[in-house]
Amino acid sequence: MQIYADHAATTKTSPAAIDAMVTTMRETYGNPSSLHSAGQRAAELLADARARIARQLNCEASELIFTSGGSEADNQALMGAARRGAAQGKKHIVSTAFEHHAVLHTLRRLEKEGFEITLLPVYENGLVTAEQVRAALRPDTCLVSVMYANNEIGTIQPIAEIGAVCREAGVLFHTDAVQAVGHLEVDVKAQNIDMLSLSAHKFHGPKGVGALYLRKGLRLDPLIEGGAQERGRRAGTENLPAIVGMAVALEEAAAHRAENTARLIPLRDKLIAGLSAIPHAALNGDAVQRLPGNVSFCFEGIEGESLLLLLDDRGICASSGSACTSGSLDPSHVLLAIGRVHDVAHGSLRLSLGEDTTEEQIDYLIRTVTDTVAYLRSISPVWRELQNGTRPYIIQ
Amino acid sequence: MALYSDIVMDHFRNPRNVGVIENADGVGEVGNAKCGDIMKIYLKIDGDTITDAKFETFGCGSAIASSSMATEMIKGQPVAQALQLTNKAVVEALDGLPAHKIHCSVLAEEAIKLALKDYYDRHGIAYDKQQFPSCENCGHCHTH
Repeated sequence: MQIYADHAATTKTSPAAIDAMVTTMRETYGNPSSLHSAGQRAAELLADARARIARQLNCEASELIFTSGGSEADNQALMGAARRGAAQGKKHIVSTAFEHHAVLHTLRRLEKEGFEITLLPVYENGLVTAEQVRAALRPDTCLVSVMYANNEIGTIQPIAEIGAVCREAGVLFHTDAVQAVGHLEVDVKAQNIDMLSLSAHKFHGPKGVGALYLRKGLRLDPLIEGGAQERGRRAGTENLPAIVGMAVALEEAAAHRAENTARLIPLRDKLIAGLSAIPHAALNGDAVQRLPGNVSFCFEGIEGESLLLLLDDRGICASSGSACTSGSLDPSHVLLAIGRVHDVAHGSLRLSLGEDTTEEQIDYLIRTVTDTVAYLRSISPVWRELQNGTRPYIIQ
Repeated sequence: MALYSDIVMDHFRNPRNVGVIENADGVGEVGNAKCGDIMKIYLKIDGDTITDAKFETFGCGSAIASSSMATEMIKGQPVAQALQLTNKAVVEALDGLPAHKIHCSVLAEEAIKLALKDYYDRHGIAYDKQQFPSCENCGHCHTH
């Protein structure tokens, strides 16, 4: 059986999006900035895609800036808001400990440039509260950035409440909604969002394209200087085929969202229940406030990369937050942020389900992960010590 | 996955010499759980020959493959020869490891050396301390 259970990493591109992209490349190759008719046809298509995406977020078309993806949108939002804050004498930023690196590394750079960064701790269940945000605000706070849903453990933050706190305090609020758009309700007006980052390939759109929603009236220095595209907010000829593909994929995702959610949540919960039966295993993140497709576990006594390789041999594509898979010395900062110690965080597994995940696949996942964890434990000296009592269990 | 050579994948999927030797003549353990890899090697030594070698490993694919290959390379060898085993030889036998996985082969070399040192200690055999790794100079957790 072949199971793609890594939808949080990326998704299969929608056939309708591919068709729309190919048609655009074949027929509408003009540059939207050109005055001639070929260019104007491209400009019309661009405007159409922009309006369609805006409708899904409940914003105006003019409030969208197309980018190369989620990371660029995050970088633009943070760097732009920080410069704006500095100009007003405000150099304090509030964010959380488990943001995506596109946010955390940008904040680290800003810190070096003299900004003060407050990273809110997240609770063991992987949630921050609006109260935490309120308590962290200072007169010199220029920006709050809290992700909508976490990419590793899938926990959903109370974005509307946090937005309301920021709006009341007059502080800009950005959310990295890369894992949320297409999967959860997004309404930038109702949720008091000033800036929102999204990425097409997380909802069956193409890679290399995303957008930043920037509330009307806000003006940020562009990250990329050059031509006057995107109303002077992001230079460079627009990636029209990808933008059209993104619009098609987002409309599809929105049209099927209710039905997908209703189908995925019971599958997700069955998988969580099945894997919870493995001894000394623990679910990462809140069981309820989580993305419909996200399942994240830590298994004591084993290491994540070997687990991934063996699962791949058995037809399962998954991911892990172990150091060996992160390419760094430390395991995932997200798992550490929710209080998992290194020893346990190395044994993490993320299975992210998608629209085509079936119940049969869930049964296979439960069986195969259970067997593979048991095998790796059988060759692990750590597991032997846990079993014979010379090493205490961390996960009871 | 193209991350690893075919030989690494073979030793990872079908590791040789997995397990424990009861009443081993020498046991060596290196690494720690915080870093994400621990290797434990058990040796049976008869006269001057390593008659059996087994391992248990908590770690990534290349750690398991390195343990498997290293134990294969010393089985049946005289103790003096096993002491000469280098991580480089393990890497070559595995047809290479990615740069950030070289430390796995170092762990295998060190685990074998520690098992041999344990054998010398248990049997009251004199040896030169310089030829064995120690915690102070192993560098594990700093060389990933």
